[in-house]
Amino acid sequence: MKKKICTGVAVIIIPIVCLYLLQCLLVPKYASDIKEGAMIKEYYNSEKNHDVLILGDCEVYENISPVTMWENYGISGYIRGSAEQLIWQSYYLLEDTLKYEKPQVVIVNVLAMTESEAKSEAYNRMTLDGMRFSKYKIASIRESMTEDENMASYIFPLLRYHSRWSKLSSEDFRYMWKTPSVTTNGYLMQKGVRPVTTIPKAAPLANYTFSDKNMEYLDKIYSLCKDNGINLVLMKAPSVYPHWYDEWDKQVSDYANEHGILYLNTINEAGNIGIDYTTDTFDYGQHLNVEGAEKLSLYLGEQLVKNFGLTDHRQDESYKNVWQSIVDKYYEEKQGD
Amino acid sequence: MLFTSYQFVIFVLAALILYYVVPKRIQWIVLLCMNLLFYLYAGLSGIIFIAATIVTTYAGARLIFREKERSARYIEEHKGDISKDEKKQLRAVSVRKQKIFLAIVLLINFGILAVLKYTNMFIVTFTTFNTVDFILPMGISFYTFQSTGYMIDVYRGVADAEKNPFRYALFVSFFPQLVQGPISRWNDLKKSLFESHVFSWVNIQYGFERILWGYFKKMVIADRAAIGLATIQSDVSVYYGAYALVGMLLYAIDLYADFTGGIDITIGVAQMFGITLPENFRRPFFSKSIAEYWRRWHITLCAWFKDYLFYPLSMSKWMNKVSRWLKKHAGKPVGSRFPVYFSSLTVWFVTGIWHGASWNFVVWGLLNSIIMLVSQELKPLYEKADNRLGYRNLKYYKVFEIIRTTVIVCCLQMLDYYRNIAEAFRMFFSMFTGGNYASVFTKGMWNIGLSAADYIVLLAGVIIMFIVSLLERRCPVREQLAQKSYIIRYIVFLVIFLLIAVFGIYGIGYESSQFIYNQF
Repeated sequence: MKKKICTGVAVIIIPIVCLYLLQCLLVPKYASDIKEGAMIKEYYNSEKNHDVLILGDCEVYENISPVTMWENYGISGYIRGSAEQLIWQSYYLLEDTLKYEKPQVVIVNVLAMTESEAKSEAYNRMTLDGMRFSKYKIASIRESMTEDENMASYIFPLLRYHSRWSKLSSEDFRYMWKTPSVTTNGYLMQKGVRPVTTIPKAAPLANYTFSDKNMEYLDKIYSLCKDNGINLVLMKAPSVYPHWYDEWDKQVSDYANEHGILYLNTINEAGNIGIDYTTDTFDYGQHLNVEGAEKLSLYLGEQLVKNFGLTDHRQDESYKNVWQSIVDKYYEEKQGD
Repeated sequence: MLFTSYQFVIFVLAALILYYVVPKRIQWIVLLCMNLLFYLYAGLSGIIFIAATIVTTYAGARLIFREKERSARYIEEHKGDISKDEKKQLRAVSVRKQKIFLAIVLLINFGILAVLKYTNMFIVTFTTFNTVDFILPMGISFYTFQSTGYMIDVYRGVADAEKNPFRYALFVSFFPQLVQGPISRWNDLKKSLFESHVFSWVNIQYGFERILWGYFKKMVIADRAAIGLATIQSDVSVYYGAYALVGMLLYAIDLYADFTGGIDITIGVAQMFGITLPENFRRPFFSKSIAEYWRRWHITLCAWFKDYLFYPLSMSKWMNKVSRWLKKHAGKPVGSRFPVYFSSLTVWFVTGIWHGASWNFVVWGLLNSIIMLVSQELKPLYEKADNRLGYRNLKYYKVFEIIRTTVIVCCLQMLDYYRNIAEAFRMFFSMFTGGNYASVFTKGMWNIGLSAADYIVLLAGVIIMFIVSLLERRCPVREQLAQKSYIIRYIVFLVIFLLIAVFGIYGIGYESSQFIYNQF
């Protein structure tokens, strides 16, 4: 009888293990190409002692350097950013993060408020695939799926990526078991300069009001932060494009005033921050390069210390060692080709 | 509900659990309910038509059966009172009544099929009116043939008429075979369909193995070949010549893997319920002639046509009269051949049109018939040549015959997937005149939606199917595998499962592909 049970278990377990191995092999690793796909997962490898958690799209993960905030203010920060991150995805990432740590400040980039539905499966995948399995992941998938997607392919990614068998590279084998490290605490460094030459004229919109769904999730983020004693900061990164309409700004500003939270519109502060759009952007003003990101991070650090009195951990041994390797990696990357 | 959908897998699992959990005497009721759910999933409207078929054929069969019984009883009770002639006359009256019942029900059912399936073909061919959007109920061609076959069997006295309409409904609507056959006979299916089944690991295992093999053929081979074929048939001004040849081969692979794969899944699912369905294929691409091919391909349909159309037609009284008249006026060769020629052409005309409501299929059917008739006419000539040269028993001649049959079948199948007859013939001849072989085989082949890796998978899949067919000359591969140790069997099917998981065409980026025979 015992033998029969063992055989039965083996008969079921072996295919599951094989499928799991195949899945590990076939899921894209994003180690050298489209690195944005690897960022969400990378968080789980980090030391979970962050003062500041930054959520949002490319306007955070390409514009803010946690290393600069650490070096100048001793702030331990992490960016859980992903391409075209939607506001409800930010909310569920916050829920997910709270399972591991409780930061003092959460910064949410508000550009996501302007997107009321998922643009494509590819962007969804880059945010959702990297999340560890949890009820928050399921909820985020449910809210994000486009018409052609299905839950099963998120829970069992092999169903989605099985056809990659003909595109496998050495990278897929190398990172079968480990997550590639593509950022420094969520910051995806961009080098080079492509200055702003012309700013595309902003076309008037038919409707400037944020969708009910987005407002609902902003409320949820606010409540979650409040319930956990976390300071919420709304931020608009200093990108000159896509255009940040005054009508949008007013809605965020009113929301912040109404709820007593800090709103940093860094477009208005770009001059004071010292951002020079002829030298500090790598893509004509849409995102900052590393020099621009360092300037913005200095400003952010100053604001965080001023408004929330964050502790300087630079002399704290438990932080020092961890951050030293992050700083080393950062400069190695900055000085590299 | 596609066989290749998650929903189908879940549906079968749920049905199996229910089937084996409930008391055995109501197992068939569970199956009937599952059939209803299966059909409802495809839409409410289709159920009216299958219900109409079930009700009319059930009632028709009952009436015929009762008339038979009544007549027999009357004659038995009055055997001392009536003369031989009177008995004969009574029987004739009864048969006439039965014929009327049969004719009415056949007319209703084939009428529904004809209206739903062929109205647009008629409109396009003979009128200038716009076509009509009819709902084509799932599996209508299959369940119509299965139920009318049953009625004819009752009329012939071969089968008893089922008393319980719900049991009969189960026979007509049994969900695994509803979408693409096989077309079962009442006498063959009723026992295993209605008897109670004890849960059997062997049935589950055998059924699962067969299903896996079916999915492999469908998802790894057929759906991959279909991608290239779709490109080739989309624009004949670009994809002619060598492309037409590639398309012809891809379609042959696609159709075989698709249809046999679908039937494997059907038979496998039925086996899990302990129900035995008839085989529909017997290694058709090993046939040495077209006639043999049609005895091995879609066996149940061909048998249906043979039993319910060819023989009744060729052996009917009026055919005898015509034959005799022709023997007298046009000579013996013509008179004796006419019944076979006429019946064969009629059967193949109907077979063609059964496959699709277009003239392509009519021409395809008639060409099949003509080839078989010509082949039959040339038989004495072949025999003479063989008597002199003695080549027929040579091994290589048999291989030649197999290849010749395969080539003919592939060429005829070009009529299946091109838009019209002219296009199909133009593409056929372009294979000889296209002059683009060098460019297609060096470059063009990679531009039809298939990568080099896809071609390798296709080739490997075809080789695997070929080897399995070779092995099946002795007995089914599953039975051969059953002789091996459990571990070897397990590894074989684990590998097939993993091959499907990785190389199968499914998920986002691929459209769920219907089985080709679903549309018939």
